[in-house]
Amino acid sequence: MQADAIFFWIFSTVLILSALAVILARNPVHSVLFLILSFVCAAGLFLLVGAEFLAMILIVVYVGAVAVLFLFVVMMLDVDFAELRQGFLQYLPIGGIIAIFVAFELGYVAVGWSRSPAAAAAASPPAPVSNTAALGRVLYTQYFFYFQGAGLILLTAMIGAIVLTLRHRVVKRQRISEQVARNPATAVELRKVPSRVGI
Amino acid sequence: MTVGLSHYLTLAALLFTIGVAGIVINRKNIIVILMSIELILLSVNINLVAFSTAFDDLTGQVFALFILTVAAAEAAIGLAILVAYYRNRGSIAVEDINALKG
Repeated sequence: MQADAIFFWIFSTVLILSALAVILARNPVHSVLFLILSFVCAAGLFLLVGAEFLAMILIVVYVGAVAVLFLFVVMMLDVDFAELRQGFLQYLPIGGIIAIFVAFELGYVAVGWSRSPAAAAAASPPAPVSNTAALGRVLYTQYFFYFQGAGLILLTAMIGAIVLTLRHRVVKRQRISEQVARNPATAVELRKVPSRVGI
Repeated sequence: MTVGLSHYLTLAALLFTIGVAGIVINRKNIIVILMSIELILLSVNINLVAFSTAFDDLTGQVFALFILTVAAAEAAIGLAILVAYYRNRGSIAVEDINALKG
């Protein structure tokens, strides 16, 4: 068994186990920590298939920002989590049934798919550059407007999060009439400062 | 035993299943529901990246990048709504969120 197969099995096993731990853990803080572990394992899998840029983005964005955001919120909200876990066993059977159905459907798709000839014709051979450079070549040319749209989505999310969580409602506003009404006589004061005395 | 595309597809399917089950069995805990949604989006990304490298087509990786962006925005907005709701009501139980119910 070659090295990449060994790493695939290690990463995928840890990924599945930590994902199970995310949904089954008693303490949400443990859930967030297992979520971080699963993101790290997924980044390892991305490295194995050769998507290095996405692996690094996964580490930086997901582990560094999203998971830490979850951790902050879990620790900031003083919630009785034992109360929230009531009904866990009650929902376990129906959750299991739904999971079995979804797994069956996805397995059916994963076994029965085939590739259309048109898709094979549309695929471009990989350029002889690194994954990051190849992604950058298409991201800033062919997908430029989508890239800008992604930036707008992030800007909207940032403004929305700030507006939702900002507490003090007193905002300093710009008063344009006052600004326009200023002139040198009211805005500037000239003083003759005597030498070695100061103001 | 070589690792092929089907291995990654199976892994993503398992991860998706775990995410859906997590939404159902943690119905009262909205933080774990949000984490389950992150797991589902991660499984979709694994699928896209596996297809992308198997077929030498970078479109899948570009799409995975956009999914990552949207997932980050969704997590930020969702958690901000959660914090604002907790300040107003002092609770984040999903069953208490029924003010808009007719």
